[in-house]
Amino acid sequence: MRDRNPAVYAAALALVGLMLGPVVYIILGGFRTNSQITTDPAGLPSPWELGNYTSVLTSDTFWRQVGNSTIAAAATTLGVVTLGVMASYVLARYRFRGRGAMYALFAAGLMFPVTVAITPLYLLVKNLGLVNTLPGVILPQIAFGLPTTIIILVPFLRAIPREIEEAAAIDRCGRLGFFWRMVLPLSVPGLITTGILAFVGSWNSYLLPLFILNDQDTFTLPLGVQAFSSQYSVDTARVLAFTSLSMIPALLFFSLFERRIVGGLTGAVKG
Amino acid sequence: MAVTEQAPGVRGGVPAPPPLRPRRRGIGWAQRLEIAALSGPAILMFLGFVIFPVLMAAYYGFYRWKGFGRPTDFVGLDNYRTILTDGAFHEALWHNGQIVVLSLVLQGPVAVGLALLLNRRMRGQSAVRLLIFVPYVIAEVIAGTAWALLLQTNGAVNDILRSIGLAWLAEDWLADPGLAIWTLMLVLTWKYVGFAVILFLAGMQNIPDELTEAAAVDGASYWQTQRHITLPLLGPTIRIWAFLSIIGSLQLFDLVYIIWGQYVASTAGTSTMATYMVVEGRNAANYGYGNAVAVVLFVISLLIALVYQRFVLRRDTEGALTEGR
Repeated sequence: MRDRNPAVYAAALALVGLMLGPVVYIILGGFRTNSQITTDPAGLPSPWELGNYTSVLTSDTFWRQVGNSTIAAAATTLGVVTLGVMASYVLARYRFRGRGAMYALFAAGLMFPVTVAITPLYLLVKNLGLVNTLPGVILPQIAFGLPTTIIILVPFLRAIPREIEEAAAIDRCGRLGFFWRMVLPLSVPGLITTGILAFVGSWNSYLLPLFILNDQDTFTLPLGVQAFSSQYSVDTARVLAFTSLSMIPALLFFSLFERRIVGGLTGAVKG
Repeated sequence: MAVTEQAPGVRGGVPAPPPLRPRRRGIGWAQRLEIAALSGPAILMFLGFVIFPVLMAAYYGFYRWKGFGRPTDFVGLDNYRTILTDGAFHEALWHNGQIVVLSLVLQGPVAVGLALLLNRRMRGQSAVRLLIFVPYVIAEVIAGTAWALLLQTNGAVNDILRSIGLAWLAEDWLADPGLAIWTLMLVLTWKYVGFAVILFLAGMQNIPDELTEAAAVDGASYWQTQRHITLPLLGPTIRIWAFLSIIGSLQLFDLVYIIWGQYVASTAGTSTMATYMVVEGRNAANYGYGNAVAVVLFVISLLIALVYQRFVLRRDTEGALTEGR
């Protein structure tokens, strides 16, 4: 039985309007001219101006930053998922002394995002000679991504039925063989969830690149958006076009994998 | 996860994996090697890039140091004395306190209300759920840039207010220090309420239909059902959300720095402990001092996290967050 109360629909509609308003403002603003934005800040494009988007899309800066963001996000995702699934397998299916402590170590990391560690982390990366390089961002991001990944994957791997493991053992397949041939294929949905979370997290990451990347050539998109908006602070329309193009990948990923992201986040919190 | 069997001697109460073979005494070398090979890389990365830097902060915090060479100018507790007596830090701490409390009292009720709304069977429900989550997914930099433009004195928000006859509401949202904290709360609510709603919705869907049906049979109204059945059963979810919200509020950086980074916090805009750390530490190249601020931030967060875990979370989950149940 569906709700027929019009007030419920009106409230839902108003809510969606409020949540999407700023996003729509960025996208539409990119189709306007600066004089349109100045004279009527909240208006619609009239006429539609494509110049802002084409000038961003034809600039080297934008594509270089897209490239940097893609490399950083892809490498972070690969690292987090690979290391995460290996450690999660141990936590989920081996029994050994210290397992509780190991789990607690990673779970404690969930409480402390990169903010508290950023100043000494920068010094560490500097001592490793990785300032102004993408690995300087990727390695810490892998480490800080592990807690969420492990907390999502451990229950997932534990849920693989014991009968499958026994059957594998009868077929003379050791624990490692079982991991490689059975666990990895069976946990693909969990790996995708954690992979997307890592990818979107890296794509949006700001504080760490702000410390590590000072050279324009190594900028990722969030740094680029900020640099662009202070460099072209008078050219609001172009800033809006740049900003809206840079959020497309995260939005695309999200709309494709919404169920997995939501399921992963709620699963991580409920444990 | 119905596995509840407890292995003797395993601390922390993680449910044990099902035993594969009849248990032997101890584990063999081959297994130990597998455990080390599989978990070693993750542990090393985590210790190296998460734990080690936090420990180093405690060390660097005792020095006056510009970040070049080894720190040599040992100043003992001077950095901490400066932090605790600096008015700008007090202000940042006060802002963080306000953000913690206001996030809970603003986002909590709003999110519960929205989750109740979206938990009704309605047309387009999944689309609405998808769309309210959009602000959570886009980058803080993008959200900050958009809101900074929207909230300028001659920006779109004031323009809309004037055009619908609410000109008296049009304000200097960003620069006025008395107002900036409320502006920040508005932006934070917009950005993060979707996450709370999604969590609460997931919690509500775990409540068995039989309970609400039984209440309906007993003649309970919609609101009575929500008040006496849904909300109490949502308690654990709300308490875990509150924990995440508190931790996030204490360490808030991105949005504040992007919108107000160029303002001087004492005369305009707003600040947090994390923006204070970046401005006074990195931007001023006082790395010893920045590390001391990091230590203070860490200790405050840790204390609050422990107190909350001990007194609030313990009773309903026995630490679902830390023990992976």
